Amino acid sequence: MDSRLVIESVFRENRELAYQLRDYIVRMLEKLQERWGSPPRLKVMDFCGTHEWTITHYGIRSLLPKNLELVAGPGCPVCVTPSHEIEAAIRLALDGITVYTYGDSYRLRTVKPVRGAFSLAEARALGGSVKVVTSIYDAIFDAERHGKPSVFLGIGFETVAPGYAHVLLGHLMPKNLHLLSLVRLTPPAMFYSLGMLREKPPEPPVMGVIAPGHVSTITGAKAWVPVAETFGIPVVVAGFEPIDVMMAIALILRQLLQGRAEVEIEYKRAVTFDGDLRAQAAISRAFQVVDAAWRGIGFLPRSGYEIREEYSEHDARKAYGIPSMKVEDWRKDIPPGCKCAEVVLGKAKPTDCPLFLKRCSPSTPYGPCMVSIEGTCAIWARFGEGGLTEEMAKELGLLRPEGR
Amino acid sequence: MKEKFVKLAHGSGGVEMHELVEKLIISRVEKKRVEGGLGIDFPDDGALIPMGDGRYLVISTDSYTVNPPFFPGGNIGTLAAAGSINDVLMMGGTPLAALDAVVVEEGFPVEDLSTLLGSMIEVFRSENVAVIGGDFKVMPKGAVDKVIINTTVLGVTRTPIIDVPKEGDKIIVSGHVGDHGAVILLLQMGLGERVEELEKGYLKSDVRPLTKLMLPLVDKYAGHIRAARDPTRGGLAGVLNEWARAAGKVVVLDEARVPMRRPVKDYAEMLGVDPLYLASEGAAVLSVDPSVAEEVVDYMKSLGFGDASIVGEVRSSEKYKGYVLLRSTIGGYRILEPPSGDLVPRIC
Repeated sequence: MDSRLVIESVFRENRELAYQLRDYIVRMLEKLQERWGSPPRLKVMDFCGTHEWTITHYGIRSLLPKNLELVAGPGCPVCVTPSHEIEAAIRLALDGITVYTYGDSYRLRTVKPVRGAFSLAEARALGGSVKVVTSIYDAIFDAERHGKPSVFLGIGFETVAPGYAHVLLGHLMPKNLHLLSLVRLTPPAMFYSLGMLREKPPEPPVMGVIAPGHVSTITGAKAWVPVAETFGIPVVVAGFEPIDVMMAIALILRQLLQGRAEVEIEYKRAVTFDGDLRAQAAISRAFQVVDAAWRGIGFLPRSGYEIREEYSEHDARKAYGIPSMKVEDWRKDIPPGCKCAEVVLGKAKPTDCPLFLKRCSPSTPYGPCMVSIEGTCAIWARFGEGGLTEEMAKELGLLRPEGR
Repeated sequence: MKEKFVKLAHGSGGVEMHELVEKLIISRVEKKRVEGGLGIDFPDDGALIPMGDGRYLVISTDSYTVNPPFFPGGNIGTLAAAGSINDVLMMGGTPLAALDAVVVEEGFPVEDLSTLLGSMIEVFRSENVAVIGGDFKVMPKGAVDKVIINTTVLGVTRTPIIDVPKEGDKIIVSGHVGDHGAVILLLQMGLGERVEELEKGYLKSDVRPLTKLMLPLVDKYAGHIRAARDPTRGGLAGVLNEWARAAGKVVVLDEARVPMRRPVKDYAEMLGVDPLYLASEGAAVLSVDPSVAEEVVDYMKSLGFGDASIVGEVRSSEKYKGYVLLRSTIGGYRILEPPSGDLVPRIC
C-alpha cells in the first residue's frame, strides 16, 4: 500500500479515534453549557456535498449529541449546474459530437428531455457519443487519437480550474476538442447561503462552517477569511475522511468556547493559508470571473469562470454557438413543490419536504437534489438519514442510551 | 402498470426487477412449486423437487449476457458454467449435470465462440458436471449483441439450504467481495486499458465454481447454515437486504470487517459506486448458527478461503423489519438500502 493510502485509512478506518473525538465534542458542549448558562443548541454548516456524503455515509450524526446539528450547504457542483447546460451537452452528443464527462455528471438529469434523453447516460443509450473520463487530459489523449469533433464538459468548483487553465494557456487541446466551462466559485455561494440564513435566522443558529477541503488547496484558506469576519463564526477547512469532519466539529466548538471566530485549517496535509499561488495566477490568465447561474438558486455575482477572449479558439461556447445564460433568461429550474433550493441553501432539511420519500425518491426522483448521489436528498434517502438510522440503532441497543 | 417499456434497470436484480417479475410472472403462475419442494415464490438461488427417498433434486437456470464477453479473469463461458454451478451449491446441492443454450449473433468469429464454449466446457469438466444437452441458435446481425448463454444445472441434496436467517445468526463471507463487478464496471466505462491493476493482473474477475468450499461445508455443517447465497447482481447489499426482508429481521453489517481489495474500493469510490453493491462471481455469503460461526470461518480458511470473515449478525426488532443497518468504519450507522437502478447493466 502506498503511503498516501496508509494516511487516508488512518482518517477513514479509525473507530477508536472517532470515539475519542465524540467524547471530546461532548465535553466541549458541556463546557459551553457552563459558559452560556443553558444547554447549547447549535448548527454547523457542512458546505460541501462530499462532506455531507461523508457525514451520512459514515453515520457521523448518529455519533453526535442531539443538540449539535449538521446542515448541508450548496457545495455540490453537479447539483448546481443549470439544467440547460446539460441539455446543451446532450444535444451535442446526439448530433454526433463526442462529449467527455466525469462519471457523476454522466448520470445527472435535466428538467426536460432532449430528444428523449434526460441525461448524458441516456443520450449514449440512444446512440449519442458520450465518454466518461477522469480528467481533461484523458479527453485530449482520446480526441487526438480519433480526430472527430469533441467537447469536454468542464463541471466543477475551483479544484478543476487549474487543470483547465494549464490546458488553455499551453494550447494543449487538439483543434477538434473544445472546453465548455461550467466552473463555479464556492465563496460567493457560501456568502449567499449564510446571508440568506442571517436574514431569517434559523433555530438553532448556524455557529460554524466546515469549509471545502479540495477547493482550499487551490484558493488557500484565505478565501474564507471574509466569511469568518462578516458572519462572526468559526470556519474550519476540513478534509473528506470521517475523522477530518469530526476534527473540524471539535475545532469549531473549541473556537466557540474560546470566543474566537477565525479561519482554521484541519486539512493541513493538503491545505495552506495562501493556497496554490501559481495555480491562482494561471487561472486568472485563462479565465475571467463572471456572474453565473446556479441551479435552483439563481444568478450569483462573480461566481463563475468564462474562458478569456485570448483562448476563445478552445471555447465550446464559441465553436458550437452555445450562449451563456443571461440573468433575464434564468428560470428556476426546479420543479414545483420541490424544496431543493431551500435544501441546497441549508434552509430546509430533506425530511422537511412533503415530497421526500413519497413522490420523490431515488428510484423516481422529482427534484434535482434527489438525483445525484452528491445531492443532499439522495444521500439522506439512501442512507436513512433524518432519524430512521438512529432510532433503529437505538431500538437494537447499538447506541449509547443518551443517543450518542 | 406504471412503466410502459422495459428499462435496463429492470434487469439489474434490484427493486425494479423484483416488482416486474412479481407482476408479470410470479403472481400469474398458479402452481408455484412441486408438492413438498421449493418453487418460484421463494427468493433463493434455485428450486427443489423432492425425490421421494429423502433427497431433493436441485435446479437452477440463468442467462448470461455479460458485456464485454471477454474480461480479465474469465469470459462469458466460464461465467455461464460457474454461475449456475454456484447457484446449485448455494442450495446445498451437489451439481451433477448441465444443459446449455447458446444464442449467437450472425458474424461472430467462430474462433472466439470456440474459446468461450471451450472455457465453459472446461469448467464443467473440472467440476465433474456432465453436459447432457442444450440448444444452439443464431440471430441476424444486430438482433442480439454478440452472444448470450443460458445454462441450467441440476444437482441433488439430502440437506437443502432454504434461506431463512434466524435471530442471532452470524453473517459470514468467504472472501473479497466486488471483484467481478468492479472489473466489468471499469470495462463498460471504457477505462479498461487505462487501469494499471487490470493490466498487471492485480484486479480481475473472481469468477470460479465454489464446489471446493461448499461441498465440504454442507457436509459438515448442514443444519447450522441457515442461508447461503453467492452475491452476484446487487452484491453483498442485495443479498443481505433480500434476507432481511424475507425473514422480517434487521441485518447489522460491520463495514470494517468486510474483506475488499484496495483497487475495488478505490475505483468504486472514483466512479461514485458503493462497492457493497458490486457483484462477486466467486464468493459466498452465509447466515450461520452463532454457536458454530467461528468454527465455520476456521474451516473455510482451511479450505483455502483465507479471507473468510464474520461480517455481521441478524437482529430482531418489533418496530423495524427488513432493514440492513450498516456500522461504518468509524462506528456510526447508516441504512444499506436494497439495490436499485441500473448500477452496472449486463454484469453477468
